[in-house]
Amino acid sequence: MTSLAIEIEAYAAKRRRRSAAATTGLVIVMVGVLAVLAWVLLYVAVQGFSALTPSFFVSNPPGNPSAVGGGFANGILGSLIVVGLAALIAIPLGILAAIYLAEYGRGRWSNAVGFFTDVLIGIPTIVTGAFVYSVWVIHFGFSGFAGSLALAIVMLPLIVRTTTQMLKLVPDSLREASLALGASKRKTVTRIVLPAALPGIITGLMLAVARAMGETAPLLLTALGNDLFTEANPGKRMSTLSLQIFDNAISGFKSGQARAWAGALTLVAIVLVLTFAARFFARRSRVAQ
Amino acid sequence: MTAQAGVDVPVVRPQGRATRWLGGDGAFRVAVTACSAVVLVTIVAMVIFLLVQGFDAMRHYGFFSFLTTARWAPSEATATSSSPNPYGILQFIYGTLITSLIAMILAVPVAVSVALYITNFAPLRLRRGLSSLVDLLAAVPSVVYGFWGIFALLPALKPIGGFLASTLGKVPVIGVAFSGPYFGYSYFAAGVVLAIMVLPIIAAVCREIFATTAGSWKEAATALGATRWEVAMVAVYRPSRTGILGASILGLGRALGETIAVTMVIGNYVLSINKSILGQGATMSSVIANEFTEAVEPFHLQALFVVGFWLLVVALVVNIIARRIVAAQAAL
Amino acid sequence: MRIATMRATVVAVGMLGLLDACGSSGSGAGAATTTATTPGATAVCKSTTQNPGYKNGLTKQPNQATSLSGAGSTFVNSMMSVWTAAYASAGGVQVAYQSIGSGAGIKQVQAGTVDFGDSDAYMKDADIALAKGPVLQVPLVLAPVVVTYNVTGVASGLKLDGETIGKIFAGKITSWDDPAIKSENPKVTLPSEPIATVHRSDGSGTTDIFTDFLTKESPTWVTALGGATQSRGKTVAWPNGIGGKGNDGVSGAVGQTEGAIGYVELGYALTQHLPYANVKNKSGAFIEPCNQTVLAATNGVTYPVDLRFDLTDASDPQAYPITGTTWALIYQNQTDAAKAAALINFFSWVLTTGQDMTSAVNYQPLGKDLQQKCIDQLKKMTLNGQPIVP
Repeated sequence: MTSLAIEIEAYAAKRRRRSAAATTGLVIVMVGVLAVLAWVLLYVAVQGFSALTPSFFVSNPPGNPSAVGGGFANGILGSLIVVGLAALIAIPLGILAAIYLAEYGRGRWSNAVGFFTDVLIGIPTIVTGAFVYSVWVIHFGFSGFAGSLALAIVMLPLIVRTTTQMLKLVPDSLREASLALGASKRKTVTRIVLPAALPGIITGLMLAVARAMGETAPLLLTALGNDLFTEANPGKRMSTLSLQIFDNAISGFKSGQARAWAGALTLVAIVLVLTFAARFFARRSRVAQ
Repeated sequence: MTAQAGVDVPVVRPQGRATRWLGGDGAFRVAVTACSAVVLVTIVAMVIFLLVQGFDAMRHYGFFSFLTTARWAPSEATATSSSPNPYGILQFIYGTLITSLIAMILAVPVAVSVALYITNFAPLRLRRGLSSLVDLLAAVPSVVYGFWGIFALLPALKPIGGFLASTLGKVPVIGVAFSGPYFGYSYFAAGVVLAIMVLPIIAAVCREIFATTAGSWKEAATALGATRWEVAMVAVYRPSRTGILGASILGLGRALGETIAVTMVIGNYVLSINKSILGQGATMSSVIANEFTEAVEPFHLQALFVVGFWLLVVALVVNIIARRIVAAQAAL
Repeated sequence: MRIATMRATVVAVGMLGLLDACGSSGSGAGAATTTATTPGATAVCKSTTQNPGYKNGLTKQPNQATSLSGAGSTFVNSMMSVWTAAYASAGGVQVAYQSIGSGAGIKQVQAGTVDFGDSDAYMKDADIALAKGPVLQVPLVLAPVVVTYNVTGVASGLKLDGETIGKIFAGKITSWDDPAIKSENPKVTLPSEPIATVHRSDGSGTTDIFTDFLTKESPTWVTALGGATQSRGKTVAWPNGIGGKGNDGVSGAVGQTEGAIGYVELGYALTQHLPYANVKNKSGAFIEPCNQTVLAATNGVTYPVDLRFDLTDASDPQAYPITGTTWALIYQNQTDAAKAAALINFFSWVLTTGQDMTSAVNYQPLGKDLQQKCIDQLKKMTLNGQPIVP
């Protein structure tokens, strides 16, 4: 071999070594990120399980905050009610808006709507809470319903975006066939396109609900919380699981912190179940990603 | 995603049935258009309402005095005196920016590396699993991150903080930014938690970008004998730099607005700017969360609305810029 | 040889013990410095107190509402939780109390969004002007604000005087082995740890009590905050430190942070096993906060008609200097008959049966004449202009 060939070979070997080193570096970073994820989830799981008692889901926090036992039953109920109402508001609005963007929209207005939907996703939720305070709470007082309004604003852009994407993935052939058979556009959309995209839409809904369940900041300014008693009337102040975790996490009472860990485990479990169920639906969707 | 919107109603319409068609269809069309307006109306309403609520304070103390004063002392506010402004928010702007900056410095390289690994280096079987796992980081609620942050992260950061204080803290010029003592609650800790929280967002967008770069470029590079790393750098990373910027700014937008996790680890010191990142501070969102429901001093609540207004403005600007960049990259 | 050494050691130790006893009693009697343990205070704390057993409650009003909502002080939260739980099982009325801080409690009362508020800082005239009508302020219970700390190697027994505490919170003393602290605690090994001050990030009556004491005892604190009007209040411009939300947030932060010092209601420190300091009172003795020393702080106090008073820095030689009370805030003129009846019944119960439950959770019952004045205050409640209780 000529010396040039040897040089080239040596340089090639150096490049291969560099590539191998870089790959190893990337693997290390990847493992590091997975390690952080494991750290967070396992820490919550370990702390939560050791604090979890059977009565956690059915009893309220004890009167004396330093007493052991009790649970976050009122918070779990509150979360279900507040998020449920928010979903009732956001889902119809969101799906209809998405139908507009996917089926009817054309031109500057729909471009603006689509663009600002994405922007709304990035608005800090504390600002949403302050907004709902200035619109609703000032006149009607703190209530679970105000919290639902705030969460609906948080959920709405998420629902709009995923539903729009899912609707756009439905093949035009379905629409054309329906129209050719004489159906009106409304019927086409509601009877043909929407059901075809349904599994994907449900994915988006579940992810939005998961996001809303985990929100705390807007509820601080709207629902305010109701520590000790079960409140099922959304017209009054309500506690939610996230608010109770927050209040107990920063307190110094070990028993309160223990309840908060059990609550954190519950909340993470609910969110993960919703997330995995959403992904399961997404995979089953006929309009594959 | 490149499919067209629905096909339009055919031009030729039979008589008689047309009116029934258009009747039902028209109402539906109005309904969906109205619903689509909700998003825009909400954003506009937010800006207006926050401005209106904070207006009294802005008129009393002067519009810009909030941004130029770095002293927040509600106890010094009186109903009549208007100068100096006891509600200076410069330190909250500083807090928001510095914690987001720390988060970006930590998260962006890691997110890009992770996205690059998943799209170009990981075995095919593992790709979906790894993506799902990284996305799981985004599913954990903020309050849980804050809780974990207090009990797991702060003790783990203590040696690092102590190390920074004893080494960088002694360096002449920049030392003041790293000076101790380090008690755990700090801008630094908040930045680390934020980094973990925005990592999945940046990684997800980067993954999208890397996955959609033209395969032909990668093939050409490989055909020319490039190593795996060189292919990744030349054909994937370098053309996507704008997109990575967009993804980072998206993550930045999320970091700017994060409230609960930050409140739990930042120490809540509101009087003035704390020069050391190892010291306690507050952000725009954390001060709203902490003081909103009991703002009894004169103009206190209005001043918090002013904070909220500026936070909204910053978030809007950053998100608009980010979305534009990401859209531009996607159009390539 | 070894037995002889052992005997010598025992004798030596015995003699040291004798010397120690002689020494402390010697310095206790008429000594100029008060750095030795003042035998009086701790001994006082060990004696038992009796439950007051008040019987002068108001007649139970019929047709009361089935629930009441209240909000405010975290200082009283542990006590209020016990009261509301016991009252619910006794009288069947649900009293939902949200502990969000005295400042927030006052705000809710002004807005009329709760049936009653609670604050450890009484409403000033300016606060009442913002309310919807005259407000009855009824003290409910006494409790001390303790100075709690988390110092490596110091399990208990730290002594601090007002000026030292003021200097710490003003940022003038930054390390635990500062000579000022050492001079008050010669027998304690203080590490050279930096001090992390912890204060309230929310509007707090506990802060009001604590800063009232500092204003009276620490000129450094007053100067650092820019004058006596700025150095006391529900919120002050804290020059440094960590902010915690609520009494439980402060106690949580102190427990989590080595080198921390903070101020909380006694119950929080006790239930979380945090040590607290003996604070020097006006007479010069280092006083341990407990039932007896809190009650001593009420000795000789004349209560004004509107029951707005301070108990800090009392002159009784046994008094704990950072003592406070918490006021229930109720609108004098009620418009809802059922709510008015429920309020009278609940607070009458709190002022009588409820006072017997206080010591168990480390609060102190009201003294006899103060309790009577509180009952009289309740009687002032009217329904649409007509007095409720004849």
